[in-house]
Amino acid sequence: MALGYSMVYGVIKLINFAHGDIIMVGAYCTWYMMSRFGVPALFAALFSVFFCASLGVLIEKIAYKPLRKYGRLSLLVTAIGVSLFLQNVVQLIFKADPRMFTNFFKGAITIGGRQFSTATPATIIISVIIMTALTLLVKYTSMGRAMRAVSEDDETAQLMGVNVSSTISFTFAVGSGLAAIGSVFYCCSYSQIQPTMGSMLGLKAFVAAVLGGIGSIPGAMLGGLCIGVGESVTRGFVSSKMTDAVVFGVLIAVLLIKPSGILGRGSGEKV
Amino acid sequence: MLSVENINVYYGSIHAVKDVSFEVRQGETVTLIGANGAGKSTILRTVSGLLRSKTGRITFLGNDISSADAYKLAGMGLTHVPEGRRIFRHMTVRENLDMGGYIRSKEDNKRARRDVYERFPRVRERKDQIAGTLSGGEQQMLALGRALMSAPRLIMMDEPSMGLAPVLVQQIFGIIRELNEAGATILLVEQNARMALSVAHRCYVLETGRVVMASDAGDLLEDDGVKKAYLGG
Ligand SMILES: Nc1ncnc2c1ncn2[C@@H]1O[C@H](COP(=O)(O)OP(=O)(O)OP(=O)(O)O)[C@@H](O)[C@H]1O
Ligand SMILES: [Mg+2]
Repeated sequence: MALGYSMVYGVIKLINFAHGDIIMVGAYCTWYMMSRFGVPALFAALFSVFFCASLGVLIEKIAYKPLRKYGRLSLLVTAIGVSLFLQNVVQLIFKADPRMFTNFFKGAITIGGRQFSTATPATIIISVIIMTALTLLVKYTSMGRAMRAVSEDDETAQLMGVNVSSTISFTFAVGSGLAAIGSVFYCCSYSQIQPTMGSMLGLKAFVAAVLGGIGSIPGAMLGGLCIGVGESVTRGFVSSKMTDAVVFGVLIAVLLIKPSGILGRGSGEKV
Repeated sequence: MLSVENINVYYGSIHAVKDVSFEVRQGETVTLIGANGAGKSTILRTVSGLLRSKTGRITFLGNDISSADAYKLAGMGLTHVPEGRRIFRHMTVRENLDMGGYIRSKEDNKRARRDVYERFPRVRERKDQIAGTLSGGEQQMLALGRALMSAPRLIMMDEPSMGLAPVLVQQIFGIIRELNEAGATILLVEQNARMALSVAHRCYVLETGRVVMASDAGDLLEDDGVKKAYLGG
């Protein structure tokens, strides 16, 4: 999830507060397809990825693009607005009560006498695949170069013939598609969804992206992993009420020690 | 090849370019000279589509480009080496070149890269280096090389000599002359009027957003008034 976040931020320097809510929409989308139409899990997830990618592009076109030239602050405020909008729309359609989500990674594996859900290794494997694919995309393809060029200097990128609008749309599509994939994994391990789940999720994805070094793909993965592990450890050894406190505590600690994040480059840029 | 007719460009209430017209013909090197703030960069940025003129018309190769999107011009054969070079600092030298050839095919880029490396051996030596770590002169070579990657018909350069040591300035102007002799049409913006006039065929002098003089470069070098104003006596 942090990947999508980091990517969107990396290219347009927008802290997309609505990211968490796109994850939420992805979750509802998958859930609805499965429970209402009995669509097989895999197709429901694919549909959800497609739906979220389109939603991401749409949000960018309607809410962000007209404001792009007015600077970051107005974008930030709009992003919060979009976030609230998505929450309320979903609440209207599906009501506020939590829905149960069936884990579709059936079965469990036993390692050293302990039981683990198959969702965990599946999450890790698929995340690694996605991370590799993303890294290859950004590093070695013409589109990836264009994305980096736009993030560094959109005006000069235009002089090279890069269509900045479509590059940003593409970034939003990929970022939001990733949010949908993230949502599937989230739901499989937490098995409950509700319209407001996005806020905390978005914050955590943001924390993960900051932890790892924002704009850095392996960094976002690493940050996500740290948070995941940190949460489980806290839940196991301290108390489940403390998990969020620990997550944000870690964020503050990292920002104090290494402001650019674990794998970030020290650009000394002010946000 | 390029014709600019009566453009007026504003930054909010600042009237930066006032009723400017000029043209660049196939095979020429034309220079726009003028002091700081005369509006030279604004003119180039308007031709490139990064800024819009309130009035007038800009045509390139017979097409009206007054309201064309900036990103479409590269494909039409117009390239712009912006003021301050504006290379992509976080990318490698080679990636910068590939950005220059963004609109072209892989094979074309391979060939174009070879040509650029041949022209700028220094750029080849540094091809895997992060561009932000290049020296100023190397960055200017890279910016020029990047522009050449798109096989341009018209190259617009904004103060290529800015901030460079005299030897490098000589070298850059040598390259400009070579490019022109090899068939490129060049629109050159400079504060270094003497050097610019030495490579240009024709010249337009700008003062606070207006064209105050247009003539052959050679005549201008002889002109006493111009000598006083722009060539240091
Ligand atoms: N972004 C901007 N906002 C407001 N005014 C601007 C902006 N850019 C340029 N100007 C003004 O427009 C006028 C022309 O600027 P321009 O950059 O075209 O000059 P120039 O001839 O390129 O100067 P230099 O030789 O210093 O590069 C100047 O008076 C400048 O202050
Ligand atoms: Mg200038």
